[in-house]
Amino acid sequence: MKHKKNILILGAGTAGTIMANQLVKEVDPHSWHITIADATDTHYYQPGFLFLPFGIYDEEDVKKPIRSFLPDEVKFVQEKASEIKSEEQQVLFESGKNIHYDILIIATGSTIDSSEIEGMNGPEWRKSIFDFYTFEGAKALREKLATWGGGKLVVHITEMPIKCPVAPLEFSFLADDFFGKKGMRDKVDITYVTPLSGAFTKPRATQKLEYLLKEKNINIVSDFAIESVDNENKSIKDYSGKEVPFDLLVTVPTNKGSQVIEKSGLGDELNFVPTDKGTLQSKVSPNIFVLGDATNIPTSKAGSVTHFQAEILFENVLRFIRKEELLPEFDGHANCFIETGKGKALLIDFNYDHEPVEGTFPIAGIGPLRLLKESRMNHWGKLAFRWVYWNMLLKARPIPFVKARMSLAGKNF
Amino acid sequence: MIMLKELVGNTIDVNEEGFMTDFTQWNTQIGEALATENEISMTPKHWEVITYIQTEYKNNVPLSIRKIGKSGVVDIKEFYTLFPNAPLKTATKIAGIPKPVSCI
Ligand SMILES: Cc1cc2nc3c(=O)[nH]c(=O)nc-3n(C[C@H](O)[C@H](O)[C@H](O)COP(=O)(O)OP(=O)(O)OC[C@H]3O[C@@H](n4cnc5c(N)ncnc54)[C@H](O)[C@@H]3O)c2cc1C
Repeated sequence: MKHKKNILILGAGTAGTIMANQLVKEVDPHSWHITIADATDTHYYQPGFLFLPFGIYDEEDVKKPIRSFLPDEVKFVQEKASEIKSEEQQVLFESGKNIHYDILIIATGSTIDSSEIEGMNGPEWRKSIFDFYTFEGAKALREKLATWGGGKLVVHITEMPIKCPVAPLEFSFLADDFFGKKGMRDKVDITYVTPLSGAFTKPRATQKLEYLLKEKNINIVSDFAIESVDNENKSIKDYSGKEVPFDLLVTVPTNKGSQVIEKSGLGDELNFVPTDKGTLQSKVSPNIFVLGDATNIPTSKAGSVTHFQAEILFENVLRFIRKEELLPEFDGHANCFIETGKGKALLIDFNYDHEPVEGTFPIAGIGPLRLLKESRMNHWGKLAFRWVYWNMLLKARPIPFVKARMSLAGKNF
Repeated sequence: MIMLKELVGNTIDVNEEGFMTDFTQWNTQIGEALATENEISMTPKHWEVITYIQTEYKNNVPLSIRKIGKSGVVDIKEFYTLFPNAPLKTATKIAGIPKPVSCI
């Protein structure tokens, strides 16, 4: 029997699942095995964590078995990787198992680490300090919000980069809507605290959209670099001496790459893997590629970005197999809906070179979605994204009109 | 948009936010003048940080406050003491390099 080579995908989240579905269609099954490993058996729809705390989505809406999104031809290994040995082309797992690879695709995502900031996971953690970036965090916050009597709500970003950088802002908008509907908006003081100089990560969007905060009566504290959380006096303090008091702190702790990256010595200071921003090949070794939140490339960490990257990476993996030159095709394209509350949303589209633009999406001049403008249609787009995610995106079915490379048509610069 | 700016007898290109867009135009005199504009009076320690930042920039290493805190040049607390409020923004402005893109 001919000896088959192995493509190992590490992580079966958004990135790994898309890649498995794409590769299986093109890679010759007589010469290649495709193996995918994940520490858990559950696939979480993380964009849903934004809606869970407000009771807009339920638990069942955001979790499904990993296996049901993987093609039968792909071998799923439910194990946690403990070390990548790039010299030996092997991944070691906690159980003691090891898997040899010819091509490794790292898709281990990013997670929060609340221990990075003094006092953040102190006695008040999950009592008056919450996150919504994990399933458990979002669930605990839902219970808290259901009975909370009001006071100072502080929505906070610890440091950049974070995945889905607009999620905390959306959280503030949805909180405004949530407490409004409960008839207690006057009892809640909402403050948005960010390490950036403005509400949005891109100056163009900040300038266009800061009116939303005023309209919704949300205070903003910018350039805030948190040093510690004071559990006793309930306040957050920054390095320059600024202090913001809270009754309820909803924070996005430091986002880091997976521990296995750190243990393998493959990451930067936040455990993100140095990656070529055009080809998505790692800088560690030519037969290691990186996809999704695990990379260190300078674009947003988001499911939509992962989806665009996957198309380019797929091509490059095939080229690598055929010993052809890789194409530096990824342009940093990101496309995200921003919930603004009250049944409306915004849509922004940008890449490495272009800041968020105005215009129409996905079809030039027609839309139906409007870029950088609030609309009801955009909100339906955001909710429809969950269906698209489970039914098309993960399975690598083409999404009509939406292209990996950012299209400049129908957009105003 | 790029604008021209006169500074200590030099013409430099800057963007809307006042960041230099062409590092080759930078010299210590300009750095000194940009510091004054940002209400910083430079000490040897300030220069050490600026030099570190410029070296990293030339090597294409993305900069962040965390990175500088781990540089061995200053810790985060000192970095804030040297360049109060928004240290990374102020320091990169003085160093004549683009604003770090860690903000996405
Ligand atoms: C609150 C919130 C809202 C969001 N909203 C949006 C949105 O509206 N639109 C959008 O496009 N994106 C959004 N995102 C971002 C999106 O969810 C992520 O960018 C996307 O899931 C990244 O995919 P990934 O595969 O890189 O990582 P993940 O999907 O996180 O998958 C990583 C996988 O790797 C596994 N893993 C990690 N380490 C190991 C190990 N050592 N061994 C084995 N397995 C391991 C994990 O178990 C996990 O299954 C949001 C995220 C959050 C948290």
